[in-house]
Amino acid sequence: MNKIPNRQVICDVLMEQASENKDIVVACSDSRGSASLALFADAFPKQFVEVGIAEQNLVSISAGLASCGKRVFAASPACFLSSRSLEQAKVDVAYSNTNVTLIGISGGVSYGALGMTHHSAQDIAAMSSLPNMRVYLPSDRLQTKHLMEALCKDNKPAYVRVGRNPVEDVYEEGNVPFEMDRATVLSEGNDVAIIACGEMVHPAKEAGRLLEEKGIHATVLDMYCVKPIDKAAVVKAATNAKVVITVEEHTYIGGLGTMVDQIVCSECPKKVINLGLPDSPVITGKSQEVFDYYGLNGEGIAKKAEELLSK
Amino acid sequence: MNLSVKANELRKDVIQLIYDAKGGHIGGDLSVMDILVTLYYEQMNVDPAKMDDPNRDRFILSKGHSVESLYTILADKGFFPKEDLDTYSQFGSKYIGHPNNKINGIEMNSGSLGHGLPVAIGMALAGKMDNASYRTYVVMGDGELAEGSVWEGAMAASHFKLDNLCAVIDRNRLQISGSTEDVMAHEDLKKRWEAFNWYVLDIDGNDTEALSAAFEEAKELKGRPTMILANTTKGCGVSFIENRANWHHKVPTDAELAGALKELDQKILKGGR
Repeated sequence: MNKIPNRQVICDVLMEQASENKDIVVACSDSRGSASLALFADAFPKQFVEVGIAEQNLVSISAGLASCGKRVFAASPACFLSSRSLEQAKVDVAYSNTNVTLIGISGGVSYGALGMTHHSAQDIAAMSSLPNMRVYLPSDRLQTKHLMEALCKDNKPAYVRVGRNPVEDVYEEGNVPFEMDRATVLSEGNDVAIIACGEMVHPAKEAGRLLEEKGIHATVLDMYCVKPIDKAAVVKAATNAKVVITVEEHTYIGGLGTMVDQIVCSECPKKVINLGLPDSPVITGKSQEVFDYYGLNGEGIAKKAEELLSK
Repeated sequence: MNLSVKANELRKDVIQLIYDAKGGHIGGDLSVMDILVTLYYEQMNVDPAKMDDPNRDRFILSKGHSVESLYTILADKGFFPKEDLDTYSQFGSKYIGHPNNKINGIEMNSGSLGHGLPVAIGMALAGKMDNASYRTYVVMGDGELAEGSVWEGAMAASHFKLDNLCAVIDRNRLQISGSTEDVMAHEDLKKRWEAFNWYVLDIDGNDTEALSAAFEEAKELKGRPTMILANTTKGCGVSFIENRANWHHKVPTDAELAGALKELDQKILKGGR
């Protein structure tokens, strides 16, 4: 099991880039520890802004900094960043088109037993609905590195969600296929298409492996770019498959699943099942316990695929 | 330049603009005009041809609904052709009812209240990081002060010791539902901002000389942001609009238009307020 959480990789990339690019600024809302950015704050005090527990301030101040030439990365727990400061994200970042990347840390149900206040099971829906906002959920530490390096080089608003805990590697060191805003195809098969994002990519890949053992061939897509979604990849995967399954650590309303539904319905109609979290506060538990309870693991996804194919 | 005369000339443009478009926030436009004129015609280093100059002064109209005032100033100063304003509020126009940074001269979109101060703090902070000489100005409304994010900003600006930031409150004491003090009382504003460690100047906000002096004083201050409490008259310049909450966004009739322009012409002839 990999021991490095994605948030740690974000700090590593930002430190690397900040030493070369003095316009890079990291802003936190008493979140430097939970974002693994304390090292950055210590190493680059002149490129670090602390606003205290004030997410609205965090996002607006970041936008102001960006409008004056700074390349700003604002990190705060995804639950607060995507709701408390949603209007600042809408107006000051997305609408004003400022060069700010919002980093939602400890996303989804990472905070486990802390409860619904600390869960962000709505952030994909909220952020994706803002015109001009891009939404990324990298699947593992290796892809996170590529994504962050790409974001450091561009100048458009974005929201990145990562979890709190280390996750299993989806890719192998030195072999991480990555193209900006293009889904990564993990396997190809013509029975079922499994499209996942973020921490759900690893179980989706595992489901593909379990299905293959039973002679069921799955296309598995890592749709880290939830918005702009890779429409061509969705159409291709869905066209070649009998059924489509989406998997996300998010309410099944308004997230990746909904976007895939819209594409498949209009381009290549067939049955799509959206796996995700319920439209209610999730059960108390650690991430993996919660995922297992809702069938968001390799076995659960594979079982759902078998059920659908046997109908 | 006689700034009071300029303000009254632009008040005429604003009223005409709102009459033509059949919409706009006339009361706040007229109260804020002297503040904006003092900034744009005397205080700020902004040049229509050099909006990419990193050392230009930064301005945010946080009370974005007073955009008609800003439009008439930007048009008068050549940020865009005056004829562009013929499209104001019309189908497909970029000249909408709130500031839009697709328009030359406008730094940031605003309109949702309570955003301008924190955004201005980011701009001022960037100036500090770069040891740049530019100043950042933000103009807020008094009704806007009920937004919690304003006070997040109040806290941060003094924490960061932003002496390159000057905020102005257009204290016209009226908002859409009536008196600000009835809707949500703000007294004592001077004490409130001083409690947040701002340097506060309490002045007549329709007096361009008082405004000039206040902006100059703010430039000399070190280690703290300045708040100018600009006590204004909503609807300033037109007797039948002044201090009437129902003129928040009322459109003048033909007779009201003629009457308003006549009153302002008389003030201009007299060379003052």
